[in-house]
Amino acid sequence: MSQLLFEGKDWSFETLQAIYDAVESVAKNDLALDTFPNQIEVITAEQMLDAYSSTGMPLLYRHWSFGKRFAQFEGVYRAGLQGLAYEIVINANPCISYVMEENSATMQALVIAHAAFGHNHFFKNNYQFRQWTDPGGILDYLAYAKNYIASCEERYGEAEVEQLLDAAHALAPQGVDRYPRKRRMSLLDEERRNRARREESERLYNDLWRTVPTAGEAARKTIDHQRALLRLPQENILYFLEKTAPKLASWQREILRIVRLISQYFYPQQQTKVMNEGCATYCHYRIMNALHEAGRIGDGSFLEFLQSHTNAIRQPTAHDPSYSGVNPYALGFDMMSDIARIVREPTEEDRHWFPDIAGRGDEIAVLKDVWANYRDDSFIAQFLSPHLMRKWRLFHIVDEADAPKLKVESIHNERGYQDLRRSLASDYEAGRHTPDIQIVDVDLAGSRRLVLHHHVFAGEILDVVDAALVLRHLTSLWGYEVMLEEVDAATNEVLKAHMASPEP
Amino acid sequence: MRIVDRRLNPGGKSFSNRQRFLRRVRDTVERTVREASRERAIEDLENAQEVTVPADGAREPLFRHMPGDRRDFVLPGNRDYVEGDLIDRPEGASGQGGREPGRGHGQDDAFRFVLTREEFLSIFLDDLELPDFAKRGLVDTQKLGSRRAGYSTSGTPANLSLKRTMQMSLARRIAMGRPRHRVVERLEEEAASAKGSEASELLEEALRTRARRMRIPFLDPVDLRYRRFERFPRPVAQAVMFCLMDVSGSMTEHMKDLAKRFFMLLHIFLTRRYQRVDIVFIRHTDEAQEVDEETFFRSTETGGTIVSSAMVEMDRIISDRYDPASWNIYGAQASDGDNMLSDNELTRTLLQDKILPLCQYFAYLEVANTNESHSLSYVGGSSLWNAYTPLAAKARNFQMRRVARRDHIYPVFRELFRRRDGAHAEEAT
Repeated sequence: MSQLLFEGKDWSFETLQAIYDAVESVAKNDLALDTFPNQIEVITAEQMLDAYSSTGMPLLYRHWSFGKRFAQFEGVYRAGLQGLAYEIVINANPCISYVMEENSATMQALVIAHAAFGHNHFFKNNYQFRQWTDPGGILDYLAYAKNYIASCEERYGEAEVEQLLDAAHALAPQGVDRYPRKRRMSLLDEERRNRARREESERLYNDLWRTVPTAGEAARKTIDHQRALLRLPQENILYFLEKTAPKLASWQREILRIVRLISQYFYPQQQTKVMNEGCATYCHYRIMNALHEAGRIGDGSFLEFLQSHTNAIRQPTAHDPSYSGVNPYALGFDMMSDIARIVREPTEEDRHWFPDIAGRGDEIAVLKDVWANYRDDSFIAQFLSPHLMRKWRLFHIVDEADAPKLKVESIHNERGYQDLRRSLASDYEAGRHTPDIQIVDVDLAGSRRLVLHHHVFAGEILDVVDAALVLRHLTSLWGYEVMLEEVDAATNEVLKAHMASPEP
Repeated sequence: MRIVDRRLNPGGKSFSNRQRFLRRVRDTVERTVREASRERAIEDLENAQEVTVPADGAREPLFRHMPGDRRDFVLPGNRDYVEGDLIDRPEGASGQGGREPGRGHGQDDAFRFVLTREEFLSIFLDDLELPDFAKRGLVDTQKLGSRRAGYSTSGTPANLSLKRTMQMSLARRIAMGRPRHRVVERLEEEAASAKGSEASELLEEALRTRARRMRIPFLDPVDLRYRRFERFPRPVAQAVMFCLMDVSGSMTEHMKDLAKRFFMLLHIFLTRRYQRVDIVFIRHTDEAQEVDEETFFRSTETGGTIVSSAMVEMDRIISDRYDPASWNIYGAQASDGDNMLSDNELTRTLLQDKILPLCQYFAYLEVANTNESHSLSYVGGSSLWNAYTPLAAKARNFQMRRVARRDHIYPVFRELFRRRDGAHAEEAT
């Protein structure tokens, strides 16, 4: 009797169920994946476009920018320039994976293996997601947000809400906490700390200090105190505005909070693109191969799978006209496979570079540990092997503004490995692409002017036009003047300053 | 695991976002639509239209870096470089060292998308401020149809819906607990066969049940349901639109553009009303000829002007191809008003006696150069204008206007078609 899960392209709900069961058994038994419960949703191409344009979420408040995104995707899709993604998966509990009705049975198997197990495992176990996201509550929260914003539109007018959302969106990248907030101390701890502080000050007490004049001290103290109350400096601009902007109504604060929380929710995804796709691609590859070996997937379907898989992990070289950067699927998949190789069959070089994992023998245990505890930059810094750098023939180019030519800084050889790895990893540092902007001061005594600093690294100042537009949004929220100074991180020199005043 | 079929969920979740987006980029879209109406063929006008939205229309600004003094790229696919090599900067964006991943934004702000037919039309018509237009004009060409529209509690016996009435009756009987005939019979039989006090109890119950059955009627007036019909305006099936234009040398491109916009409006108006609309293009100098649209609007001839030739041609085509019994015939004539003096009388007679009786409506549009004054009360007019003037007062289905500027087309158009109800008969001329 045939063991095949399906034949040909067609699928039915029974096939889906059978595929799911087969995939699940490989995922649980062979790969020991630890996932949220799954929900598979069958949707049409149009619904996929919808989901695409609302950042993949099944429900989201209304805003013109999502319509713009829809029009963009639709245009590209209709022009046939690009197929739709086969899948969208939502970091929720239960984990929701969309599969398109147009997909063939093979593609459904691939999507289930990739999304419902690979991504799902990653969402559940990676420390970034564990720290920042609440998969159990996200759908309810989005539903709440959607209704809340709709009711605001009804009460205060669409234009008013749209303007606010525009401003909030412009600041959304500055609306995430990059470091976990300090935990509130328990009362007991606080008491203990206060006592220690008192004892220390008693120990240090010297009556002589009373005689030192204190003029001006008091005034500065109140200002310092006020700054402390405002929690300055503050890098989360949306949070700051939500809590302290003097002119906002409470519904406006709530909308800022919504945008901020959603932005925060997606923050881990930005930092783990390579790892997340690498994990999912590695898992689907293992699972599909296991199913094929077990005779559950026919040769023809397996070829179809291999074709999609190869397309997904295609990495054109830099000389290729179609080159558009490093493909996260390709890099992620190759690194995962490479780690598996190092764990299984290490060379002398691997043993030298990866003493902790080389030859450990259980690649799944190692990979699961990697998936749980790294993000893209630390992952590449830690695990990009010389073997892979040679395979990819990586090279590092430096483009100095005043140099007449580009310089090849390092290539895939003994001298270059460390440099290549460090440079590629730094490309994925979250901080490198989002400008480091902090609110440093508010002129509380006078104009209420807000002062921000942009810490400039390697001379990368802000795009002037965009900065002016964002600042205009910022002043509209803050309600008073805003000044942004660009400060060289190394020399503390002010390179440029932007000012914006609220419109009267 | 759960599998959920979401395909039947209502689609178009992005619809309102799309509307918001269109509102946002309204200016751009309007410009494109206006250009489209200048450049596209009349019949293509309503097809979906591609719009390029430039960056400033839908910009979403974010703080972002400008490239600094030093840029680093780690690239795959080294061929033959070794450490320390110096290479030329690549030309253009592609090639080695060209782009850096994650720096691609900026260009994605401008993009193309396609307006749906409805979106296009609503913007096109909105541009021309065409409010409720379809409801207005040409009331007398509509036929009223009637169609089913649910049920009502009153109506004529002929419309009684037996099925729905019986459903209502059944529902009511169940709700009110009307005992079934069988139940009553059984009780009566049991009562008849029982003895002693039990018998009287059973008999009493049987009687009570029977009485209850009598009290709740099988069919009650509240059950009655009648099929309801409602009247709706049924569009007349087909129409033909004659575009008559003077193409003699005196007609400038500007004049033709005015004429074309007028014909477009007429066409959109007619296509919204009729299932099928034919367009016939007739151009004339001193002789008339049926042509395709391209020739109609693009070519310029020289020669004398004999307007009556166009009338003759139109009359011929009608009798050949468009039986007035089954076609609604519309005519629109655009001209700069120059006609051979000797021809004016003939033209008027032809129009009055041959054309107008066949037409639902005939409009004469006199087009002028921009620098001439646009005037609703045009006095001392062109020879054709003067020839037509007596007709406008007499024939209800004939109107004439003069336009010089593009933005006057729509008001004039609306005025022309609004007049059909006769309310503003004396406003102009």
